[in-house]
Amino acid sequence: MSTGFRLPQGGLIDRNSQYRFSFDGRALTGHAGDSLASALLANGIQFVARSFKYHRPRGIMGAGLEEANALVTLGDGARSLPNAVASTEELHDGLSAHAQHCWPSLNTDFGAVNQLFSSLLGAGFYYKTFMGPGRGPKSWLFYEHFIRRAAGLGKASREPDPDQYETVNTFCDLLIIGSGPAGLEAARIAAEAGLDVILAERDFELGGALLADTGTIERQPAAQWLASQVDRLSKSVNIRVLKRTTAFGLYDGTVAGLVERRDPAQATTIPWRERFWIVRAKRIIIAAGAMERPLLFAGNDRPGVMLASAVGSYLNRWAVAPGRRVVLATTNDSAYATARDLAIAGLSVTLIDSRDRISEPLHRLANNTGIDLRLGQSVRATLGSRHVRTVDIGPANGQGAVGSRLACDIVAVSGGWSPTQHLLSQRGVKPSWNESLQAFLPGRANEPIDCVGSAAGLWRSDDCARSGRAIAAAAAAALGRKAPVEDIPAPGGWETPIRPVRLASDLNLKKIFVDLQHDVTAADILLANQEGYEAPELLKRYTTLGMAADQGRTSAVPALALLSEMANRSVGEIGTTTFRPPFAPVSIGALAGMERDKHLLPIRRSPLHDVVADSGAHMLETGLWMRPWYYPQNAETVDEAYLREMRQTRDAVGICDVSTLGKIAVQGPDAAEFLDRVYVNGFKAMKAGMARYGVMLREDGIVMDDGTSWRLSETEYFMTTTTGNAAKVMAWLEDLLETRWPELRVSLTSVTDQWAGISVAGPHARNLLAANIGELDFANEAFPFMAVRNGVFNGVPCRLARISFSGELAYEVYIGASHGPALWRALRNTAKELGGCAYGLEALGALRIEKGHVGGPELDGRTTLEDLGLGRMASTKKSFIGDVLRQRPDLRRDDRARLVGLVPVTKGEMFKGGAILAEQGQEDGHGLGWVTSVTESPSLGHWIGLGFIQGGLDKWQGKTVLAADPIRGRSTLVKIVAPHFLDPEGTRLHA
Amino acid sequence: MLRIKCPFCGERDHSEFSYGGDANITYPDLAAPMEAWIEAVYRRANPKGPHRERWQHIDGCRLWLIVERDTLTHEIASVTLAKAALAPLVDGQSS
Repeated sequence: MSTGFRLPQGGLIDRNSQYRFSFDGRALTGHAGDSLASALLANGIQFVARSFKYHRPRGIMGAGLEEANALVTLGDGARSLPNAVASTEELHDGLSAHAQHCWPSLNTDFGAVNQLFSSLLGAGFYYKTFMGPGRGPKSWLFYEHFIRRAAGLGKASREPDPDQYETVNTFCDLLIIGSGPAGLEAARIAAEAGLDVILAERDFELGGALLADTGTIERQPAAQWLASQVDRLSKSVNIRVLKRTTAFGLYDGTVAGLVERRDPAQATTIPWRERFWIVRAKRIIIAAGAMERPLLFAGNDRPGVMLASAVGSYLNRWAVAPGRRVVLATTNDSAYATARDLAIAGLSVTLIDSRDRISEPLHRLANNTGIDLRLGQSVRATLGSRHVRTVDIGPANGQGAVGSRLACDIVAVSGGWSPTQHLLSQRGVKPSWNESLQAFLPGRANEPIDCVGSAAGLWRSDDCARSGRAIAAAAAAALGRKAPVEDIPAPGGWETPIRPVRLASDLNLKKIFVDLQHDVTAADILLANQEGYEAPELLKRYTTLGMAADQGRTSAVPALALLSEMANRSVGEIGTTTFRPPFAPVSIGALAGMERDKHLLPIRRSPLHDVVADSGAHMLETGLWMRPWYYPQNAETVDEAYLREMRQTRDAVGICDVSTLGKIAVQGPDAAEFLDRVYVNGFKAMKAGMARYGVMLREDGIVMDDGTSWRLSETEYFMTTTTGNAAKVMAWLEDLLETRWPELRVSLTSVTDQWAGISVAGPHARNLLAANIGELDFANEAFPFMAVRNGVFNGVPCRLARISFSGELAYEVYIGASHGPALWRALRNTAKELGGCAYGLEALGALRIEKGHVGGPELDGRTTLEDLGLGRMASTKKSFIGDVLRQRPDLRRDDRARLVGLVPVTKGEMFKGGAILAEQGQEDGHGLGWVTSVTESPSLGHWIGLGFIQGGLDKWQGKTVLAADPIRGRSTLVKIVAPHFLDPEGTRLHA
Repeated sequence: MLRIKCPFCGERDHSEFSYGGDANITYPDLAAPMEAWIEAVYRRANPKGPHRERWQHIDGCRLWLIVERDTLTHEIASVTLAKAALAPLVDGQSS
């Protein structure tokens, strides 16, 4: 049924432009300045959607964000956007929209069968049917799959988003949200006072309600006043005007989240689709206006039932008549201007006012324009199939039968207005109910946030403009600027008070839709109330009222009014729910901005990155770092490569990039004392020229990190940390020095990025280094195990220590980062000549497992020194961080899980990290321990592993347990052995 | 988003800072009795209202700061350097 049409003249559209667009494949045309909804109505299309639960036909009901019905999917493929609001979507050439939530089509929708079962689908249906008593915890898991397929609003694309999004970080003195009369005047006054102002408007035109206002403001025609304001704004250098920009969230510190959409006409010149603005404002003024509320009657969801203000907007702003015979039902003064405009446009208008008396000017208005005015009446029901055809009206007091049936094609309704306070509510500011205005008015914020205009309950545009000026002047004064002082007008402004909505007693509550988007009916609310869900927060969760994408913008107050009627309590007593960000849906792309794919996190590259890549390394992302994983030769797999690298290292020599280790210069007279306090073992007594392996505990006695510290002089140490904990250890040491031990004269400098580090390990390590590093005696006596020495490479000083992670004769050599690549190339060439190679992370990890050294998987934030078999490292001659709490009895228990070595009982079998250690036949439950690290050992010829088991070696050495791995379908019998698989005496180390 | 006025760098987003715990705790000597350490490490007041906290300006000057913050309103009453001896760094600037 087509009822809407474009009027021959008027409206803020460019009739010379011709935009082609499509809806569900139908080719249509519209004009620049149209919204998708106005263009659809102009083409006679009102029925655009099926409802969420019952698949009832739904039409366009609003002209802005209050729209609850007209959700469509825009675009196709990777760019398809579900749940776009047709009423706020700016029309552009080539736009393609689809109806959603219907199958196979809008007109033939199989889901509409749900209407037949509507009595089964009431509030709490899912809880009662699928989760109720006797159904067991798993039944929901079973049903959910089927329910999800039938439910849901729209479908997101599964393809990667091809569009670009940006983030704007900015500051201002005053952020004004909304550009109606209040917002415009606030912006003008604030800018004139010298404030730096941002004015954000959701719409693609400035003006708010003025865009559809045929009346006057400040004694000027509204359109003329608006034009001069907009002209003045564009000339002000103090104001940044953001159109198409929705403020969706207010956060601590008067920080606002805004999302700006691209002008669709500029799609080829603006690279981003949306921009996320993070605005740090000194003050915020909310001028977001008010939203009209629908009325509750049977069939109030039928296409053709629209908000009165929306009908006015389509008529005046877009020159579209949504129908020819309009029944306008109201409880307040606001609909009279629309009634007049409709009548002047030549439409047939019947005005049903629930009030018994109205003011003289309103009477005159009706008489002068030939409106059929009926007082004391209200709409009881609508009839029609896919569009409203008639309405039944009866006495507004709810008593008495239906009086008459009127033919019509549009029912325009006004149940009063709700100030848009979602943003203030996000800040935890509770509104207060004003019974005479039938509206929640804003509460006072403790933060510098004000509400102006109809967002503060002011109904007259003159009052709105004045409140904008007055509040902006006060804001300017608070920021130390001067502005003319004005009185703030009082809320309200209608000549005859609004009449509260009351339901007639004989109505079918199941056909009265309170939340149109979630299909919550008056019957659902009655049921919830009967079952004890009286508080609005409970009502919301039980019925899902207000939980759809529109956050119940038009349903919250009608629902509360209904609840108040049912529970016989005032709306004020019941109170309202808290709104949370975002005020309107925000695309994930906008929030992510440029931080996606490879830009999600920075990539850290070692100074040797390029040169190890030249050596053929396959790189691996570990945390932020790119590290060489293995160096395949002749198409080796990772397993083949790392085992060969291990063999070559153990038989000849291997070199490894260890530049990613955290490196901290610890300097000052108290450096030794400081290290003594943070490490469990002693560093004070260690002489300059020596290094030591150290372990740090957290305060609670759990191991935090390990590494070596090299004493360069009496007052200077070079500390290394694990790669993963480098930042954490640095911050921790800074914390201790600044907040706990300010008396210690120690300075810390992170030098991680300043040094390139190479580990050289294997029987030929000495020869390899001696061939490349000058001015240094590598003889065992001159450069013993754990000694620190300086050398020279190509005239560049370098620093070496004889330390070993692999158990081989090994050194770490550090050189200024920019000289690292040259050193690497030289060492790599010599290594080749000696039968050695470069080895990567995989071999590094495997070598240390063979030696029984603990690494990241063992230092998991739960293990103590004793658990790791390092108990004897703890000094008894000094106190250190964690020393006291590590002595807690439960941490000293013998039956704690302790580090052990694991070997398969059948030599050829493998097992994996993450497996649970359990006695055979007792795999259920938590088991006795777990496997942390495994590798194939080329030295031993079978798999080996490290793990933890309750009671450790003392209890389990030589015994067999099961490494149970049911998820990966592998369980292996393993023998518990000492964790040192290779050279436990350390003869290789000291060679 | 909280905005924290670092005495050294100026007012910045809280995302540049890292929370470091309750500033009212006096940590005992390293060799103090266990009860004192349990008190310091595990027992927290969780006050509603003004609270002194340690924050590090970790992505800025890296200084440790004492922030007086209202846990209810998130209002920040003052920000000072944790290590008083570093005050000359910020002399002449308001905190």
